[in-house]
Amino acid sequence: MKYRKIALAVSLLGFASAAFADNHTLARNMASACNSCHGTNGHSVGGYDPLAGMPKDEMIRKVKDFRSGAKPATVMHQLAKGYTDQQVEMIAGFYAAQK
Amino acid sequence: MTLNRRDFIKAAGATVAFGSLYGCAGGAKGSGHVVVIGGGYGGATVAKYIRMWSGGGINVTMVDPTSNFISCPISNLVLAGEKTMADITTSYDGLRKHGVTVVIDSATAIDPAKRTVTLAKGGSLSYDRLVVSPGIDFMWDSVPGLTEAVSDSKILHAWKAGPQTVALRKQLEDMKDGGVYALCVPKGPYRCPPGPYERASMIANYFKAHKPKSKVLVLDANADVTSKGGLFKKAWADLYGGMLEFRGNHSITKLDAASQTVEFEFGEKVKADVLNIIPGQKAGTIATQAGLTNSGNRWCLVDWKTMESTAHKNIHVLGDATNATAGMPKSGHMTTQHAKVAAAAIVNLMSGQAAPDPMVIANTCYSFVSSKEVVHVAAVYAYNGKEFAPVAGSGGLSSSRNELEAKYAMAWAKNIWADMLL
Repeated sequence: MKYRKIALAVSLLGFASAAFADNHTLARNMASACNSCHGTNGHSVGGYDPLAGMPKDEMIRKVKDFRSGAKPATVMHQLAKGYTDQQVEMIAGFYAAQK
Repeated sequence: MTLNRRDFIKAAGATVAFGSLYGCAGGAKGSGHVVVIGGGYGGATVAKYIRMWSGGGINVTMVDPTSNFISCPISNLVLAGEKTMADITTSYDGLRKHGVTVVIDSATAIDPAKRTVTLAKGGSLSYDRLVVSPGIDFMWDSVPGLTEAVSDSKILHAWKAGPQTVALRKQLEDMKDGGVYALCVPKGPYRCPPGPYERASMIANYFKAHKPKSKVLVLDANADVTSKGGLFKKAWADLYGGMLEFRGNHSITKLDAASQTVEFEFGEKVKADVLNIIPGQKAGTIATQAGLTNSGNRWCLVDWKTMESTAHKNIHVLGDATNATAGMPKSGHMTTQHAKVAAAAIVNLMSGQAAPDPMVIANTCYSFVSSKEVVHVAAVYAYNGKEFAPVAGSGGLSSSRNELEAKYAMAWAKNIWADMLL
């Protein structure tokens, strides 16, 4: 039945949004650790890269380059090794969404 | 397409749920009143982040006896004459703009059963949740012969930035060329492990330029330099050879304040023109008074998922006052990370939700070895079901002292102060 399909779709949307909210909160919390140097929600006041609005793919690539040594760093090569790919993706997604 | 009434209700309900969950990014979340004791790295950060993450839903009152934030990190540069007190001072006005009520007063007692905080100037505050971020206080009996009065007037610690920083700078300026500055380091754990060695370096840097016949003597109760040892020792040998001497395993057995003489085991005596004793440390006094120092009557045990005290419900403890886990230094940066773990937990709990999934936290600590060169130590910590532990393979030290990181160190200060206070 058509109505049942709509109801199912709506309830799935409900589950997805709950999961989205949990992930959003975790991403926000994880990113807040980076805020200490890179500014609240990625709005650096100078001296470090602002992360707010940085495209997600660009940030993921930079973190991977820090890890591999392809991108030279003083500290970030050491910090990048403390995060899993999934965690980096989550944090990058949060900052990409900041204006 | 038409929906019957039942389907419409289901659809509308889901939309409302979606709206409110999404709203956590911007709308109000949580309610009630949080009182924060302490306006340092921990207190300021937790106050701002609770306001921000609750969308203004949770009221926050922060209590601190000083009317502005004064940073301990960078204060060694004030001692060396490289920075001024104004450079390390930030107003609490930024927090007021976030809606934080700032009360300039001292908390003198906590009643965990009635959920109240008593203030020194009179009156009390009621809370739903309390954050205790009192930093450290000193164990005066750790140095026989030292009292709080002597430490306030003559044999300074300058281990809390403020009037003591100004007073120690004055003593160093007044000291004759050819004098001896002795720095006594307590047994760990103490606030800011590399701090004493940065101080010794920066005062040697000052002497080298202005009083070249003078000497810096580091008398350390620990066996060896407790942090960034190799980097500090190389800097001392390269930059201050013959001017800065380190002696390990030096626990003070007696102080004669009048003659500015400290005595060590086996009767060794050292007389100094400027004697800077950093006494042994414990959690800020209010934590002990409230029965929160349940680790050796010195530090506070917490549930690391929420920073909630294991001694009293609804009280969260942050920073230097906690019984930091293995490899976790008592640093300002680390304290801001504790504050974010606590803020996330408090906002969830005061919205009727479970504590959030554990985040990952990090520490970056810069030390100046001269006015131009800096060294760092960094680490990432993940929750292991019990506590935050260093992530294997992460973190490390500067490969060597360098000028680039001196720029980053100042950028660190400006950014972390802005993240806490603006």
